[in-house]
Amino acid sequence: MELNGARILLECLKREGVDILFGYPGGAVIDIYDELPRHEVRHILVRHEQAAVHAADGFARASGKVGVCLVTSGPGATNTVTGIATAYADSIPMVVLTGQVPTPLIGNDAFQEVDIVGITRPCTKHNYLVKDVRDLARVLRQAFYLARSGRPGPVLVDLPKDVMQAKTEFVWPEDVKLRSYNPTYRPNLNQLRRAVEALIEAKRPLFFAGGGVVMSDASEELGWLARTLSIPVTSTLMGLGAFPGDDPLWLGMIGMHGTYAGNKAVNNADCIVAVGARFDDRVTGRLSAFASGARIIHIDIDPTSIRKNVQVDIPVVGDCRKALAGIREIATTRLAEKDWATAHEPWLAQVSAWRTEQPLTYVKNGSIKPQQVVETIFSITRGDAIVTTEVGQNQMWTAQFFTFRKPRTLLTSGGLGTMGYGFPAAIGAQFAFPDKLVIDMAGDGSIQMNIQELATAVCNKLPIKIVILNNGYLGMVRQWQELFYQRNYCSTCMEAQPDFVKLAEAYGAEGYRITEAGELESTLRAAFASPHTAVIDVRVEREENVYPMVPAGAALDEMLLV
Amino acid sequence: MRHVLSVLVENEPGVLSRVAGLFSGRGFNIESLNVAPTLEEGVSLMTITTSGEEQIIEQIVKQLRKLVTVIKVVDFIDVSAVEREMVMVKVQADDARRAEVLRIADIFRCKVVDVSLNDLTLEATGDHGKIQAILSLLTRFGIKEIARTGTVAMRRSMQPENA
Repeated sequence: MELNGARILLECLKREGVDILFGYPGGAVIDIYDELPRHEVRHILVRHEQAAVHAADGFARASGKVGVCLVTSGPGATNTVTGIATAYADSIPMVVLTGQVPTPLIGNDAFQEVDIVGITRPCTKHNYLVKDVRDLARVLRQAFYLARSGRPGPVLVDLPKDVMQAKTEFVWPEDVKLRSYNPTYRPNLNQLRRAVEALIEAKRPLFFAGGGVVMSDASEELGWLARTLSIPVTSTLMGLGAFPGDDPLWLGMIGMHGTYAGNKAVNNADCIVAVGARFDDRVTGRLSAFASGARIIHIDIDPTSIRKNVQVDIPVVGDCRKALAGIREIATTRLAEKDWATAHEPWLAQVSAWRTEQPLTYVKNGSIKPQQVVETIFSITRGDAIVTTEVGQNQMWTAQFFTFRKPRTLLTSGGLGTMGYGFPAAIGAQFAFPDKLVIDMAGDGSIQMNIQELATAVCNKLPIKIVILNNGYLGMVRQWQELFYQRNYCSTCMEAQPDFVKLAEAYGAEGYRITEAGELESTLRAAFASPHTAVIDVRVEREENVYPMVPAGAALDEMLLV
Repeated sequence: MRHVLSVLVENEPGVLSRVAGLFSGRGFNIESLNVAPTLEEGVSLMTITTSGEEQIIEQIVKQLRKLVTVIKVVDFIDVSAVEREMVMVKVQADDARRAEVLRIADIFRCKVVDVSLNDLTLEATGDHGKIQAILSLLTRFGIKEIARTGTVAMRRSMQPENA
């Protein structure tokens, strides 16, 4: 039977296992919306297209599935760009469906026409413009395959209106064949042997986990290796949760706002196993001083990540879980060659001393400290929550003071650093896990970037909790201005702030305000117990800074401490 | 260091801008770029000359391989190859100078493809070095115009041992 493009699209989504779409209609996609009610897939109407992409992203990060969103042409499509770039920077599997003007009008500067394929070429893993309805099923199959395979990423499919109306015989392609795309999953055995050899020789080894560990579900293998071989573990921001934050071998996140112990360990280790991390500048500090005494084993599925920023001694291209499993297998046969615990004891004593010497801390003075808010939330929830963040100080304090014990429990824009990410991502995560407590740790600046999504949350009865660490500043920029720009607080003071409690209530959500440290725990408990969307406006100390801090251009162990 | 890269791509709309965008977006340098279809339907060959330190070239090659539409990348620095480019050069050649220009054309086995009272248009092919040499010899006569292709290259059938 011949089906039109819109119907074929929805049949394909069903076969790809998509049960939820985040979207916003418009002229170019009306045919798809016309078809939607006849299908099981759930459509969540957001209030801004950027939020549709972040919600699909949050859904993908929390569930491990491909997130999908649907928007119209022109401004609908351009509004997705920030969300796409966010997902691309953090390698999140996503398919973005954009409407396009009818094919005869393409290139004519038609109403609501943009070349979204051209615009998103540098921030998608791949993208397509479907010009013939007969290509549609094959393109969609490829799009989902590309999004979730290899190093995952967002794939955009541009759908002209006449292609959605045109009819053809629907044939679902069972297989995807792309001769030019063959990601390497299985690592080279020789490289794995060399890696084990290096670990046997090492006196001060260190695991360094990135987002790739979370994405490839490699936590169990990492945990086994760390514990069996007595090797301490650090991570990037994206790697938080990959290794339990309450394990004695855990040293905390490294980088610009990493822990003292973590940063010291990196620059004193003699062997670093980097797993699914890409040595971003926020992680390495001054490159020439980074891990200068260490042999680096770098495991990554993307060959371009290897030797991009840091010279590597033993590159391993492959899936992180398969690589760690391979190392485990080889190490198991060679366990007797070294008394691992004894051999690493001085090193473990050293990192432990660093941890005690300079733990993550802050000065308590009776006012509400943002770090204390995060700690209180951790103790109330006992860590059993999915936490999203916005970007800036709120993000760093959450990373530092919430103990993440499981992968996929922290959803944060690591690579792109997108303000406005956390709340829509929380919406996506809540749909993935309707029974979980989902908390967005926000700042008063970031939350205003996508606050319109309160309507989406209320409309869908999502019990998301938005905790605003309200200091009336764009806090991270203000911190830089304080430390490096002679306190020239230009444009970082958020004047004319809305009344967040009334704003929440105006949208039909609950609003809470906390101004005294004494009411922090009780009010948070009340808000978390509520079945409704809630905004908790916490008035925190205004000029609190995130420490430790490695100034830009400094070495990792040249930290400013509290 | 100058590298000649041979890049086999799926001949799809946008493939050129994917490759060009990769170079511009990442700050890599393109010296010349040549694109044409191959014998296989739907497959084109790009020959790109670029330069940079070893680590940069390694990134360029890896990033090209990462593009979904790129089938194969060969860096001709690793193999023995034949390289050619072509140039058409319109050089001033009045009666007094014509003979001298033709003599140089002859030495380099150039063809005369157009002639007028005041100038000669020569066609020359050769590797990058030869083309540079021809141009520098003709400069003193006054070059009015040049049109030059990028490099094309092909692996030699007989590779030196250990290569």
